Amino acid sequence: MYAQLVETGSSQLKTLDEMGPEERQFQERINDEIKIEPKNWMPDAYRKTLIRQISQHAHSEIVGMLPEGNWLTRAPTLKRKLQLMAKIQDEAGHGLYLYSAMETLGADRDEEIDKLHDGRAKYSSIFNYPTLNWADMGTIGWLVDGAAIVNQVPLQRTSYGPYARAMIRVCKEESFHQRQGYQILLTMMQEGTDEQKAMVQDSINRFWWPSLMMFGPSDENSPNSAQSMAWKIKRHSNDELRQRFLDQTVPQLELLGCTAPDPDLKYNQETGHYEFGEIDWQEFFDVVKGNGPCNRERVEARRNAIDNGAWVREAAVAYAAKRQRRAA
Amino acid sequence: MQNMAHRNSVQKNSAQKTQAPLTDYLLRLGDSALVLGQRHAQLCGKAPALEEELALMNVGLDLFGQARNWLGYAAELMAADLMAAEPEGQVYDADSLAFRRDAQDFRNLLLVEQPNGDFADIMGRQFLFDAWHVHLLDGLSHSSDPRIAEVAAKSLKEATYHLRRSSEWVIRLGDGTEESHTRMQRALDNLWQFTGELLQGDEIDQAMLAAGIAPDLETVATRWKATVEEVLEEATLVRPSYDAWMYTGGKVGHHTEHLGFLLAEMQYLPRAYPDATVW
Repeated sequence: MYAQLVETGSSQLKTLDEMGPEERQFQERINDEIKIEPKNWMPDAYRKTLIRQISQHAHSEIVGMLPEGNWLTRAPTLKRKLQLMAKIQDEAGHGLYLYSAMETLGADRDEEIDKLHDGRAKYSSIFNYPTLNWADMGTIGWLVDGAAIVNQVPLQRTSYGPYARAMIRVCKEESFHQRQGYQILLTMMQEGTDEQKAMVQDSINRFWWPSLMMFGPSDENSPNSAQSMAWKIKRHSNDELRQRFLDQTVPQLELLGCTAPDPDLKYNQETGHYEFGEIDWQEFFDVVKGNGPCNRERVEARRNAIDNGAWVREAAVAYAAKRQRRAA
Repeated sequence: MQNMAHRNSVQKNSAQKTQAPLTDYLLRLGDSALVLGQRHAQLCGKAPALEEELALMNVGLDLFGQARNWLGYAAELMAADLMAAEPEGQVYDADSLAFRRDAQDFRNLLLVEQPNGDFADIMGRQFLFDAWHVHLLDGLSHSSDPRIAEVAAKSLKEATYHLRRSSEWVIRLGDGTEESHTRMQRALDNLWQFTGELLQGDEIDQAMLAAGIAPDLETVATRWKATVEEVLEEATLVRPSYDAWMYTGGKVGHHTEHLGFLLAEMQYLPRAYPDATVW
């Protein structure tokens, strides 16, 4: 989940009777599965929640370029380098679609990016973990993009039209990345040396729990979920999506011949689901609050890119103005 | 021309000695694309705007793709040479050429190994290279070697886009603000000494021209100058002298101090895990 812990500003749902005429009409439209479009009336809280969620999602794509970019210069073959570079390029593209979708709500891209840089806006907690070996490029594709897809597939039906349409494009590319990531791990496990296999297991050990945290707090600790679900921004609860992800991922883990760093992981014949151990919620909230292994580095890298590029953007603006004057 | 020290004995005995200049020429093309692609890889997450992030990755991706094509062809020729002399010998592929050769065996232009610096340095380097690359690839697309003609024709489409973009940035920065103008002029002045190598042919270039494989570098130089002059004028920049002292050597494996570090980073995994055959 690239957008976790999105504030909706309301902890209690209104019934249709409690709503004013505009709001009721809006809610009925949502209930009838008709998409909300930029020019439609929408409650202010819906607009703000979506701006928060879509910007968080966009920021995640952009910050998410950094842990992978960390290995771009060190990819071990030309094919892997090309794949990784194409993937990072797609991520920049996803960031652009998402900022565009967000701007249809009246938000400004630069202002929202400022919020990221001064810590007012969040991005996915997963990108605050360091990439320490090459297998992390496979694991991020498989687990991180895998978790993102489980979250984004239902978002293709989210109530806000521009966001839903962005997700359709994003999902196609993400599925491709996920397969490539898994392929990196499978190659190393099936044809690699013992050292390469050890890299894969080490990587899974480090990314397993952070990937499960991508779905956000457990349902009893998700005060904003009810409103997001009533608005059909979210279509499933955090725990539901987390379970779905786990159920599809464990067989893939077994196929790799690797293990999860969870002694409580087991299949429950009766429910048909995998059961798993307790997530370290302290760690989750620490990371979300800015105290993860790479939070400071990631935000600083983004801030530096924008600050160091200020003179370039100023030059582009100055040149465009000159051209306009000359044309006039 | 020997490509790799440990292959000297093989090449001396090879029945296909005539392939050596071609192999060397392909390494020059492939290595320049590879090294410049690597400079782009270092820029990930550092662009001045999101759109540029995308563009830098896009250009880098094109260059790595071209490197793979040129080096793949070079490796096939080397393997054929080797098979003729020593059937059990080591077989090369594009990856072994990229990741297992040391700096003295690299044949890239000195220009492309220069550090990224600021955005003016990056765009200046790109523009000076692209202006040459487009005209060279245009010539190579008419090569007597059909494989080269094919790769060049595909690469030319990409390089044409690269040149459009880098020209636009040189103009924007040169004719933008006072600061951007100063930076762009400084970048150009610093990079200029590496342009001689683009235009000055040696015996390999002569051999390729004689075989109808590569275009005359003098023609490429004339076109390069026209492109550079046109863009620099529009950018309100002063063109350094064509008679300036030129730093050369990349095409014969004599590099600047920058390449060693670039390769140390790029090659670290295959070198640290020599037993790993697949990744």
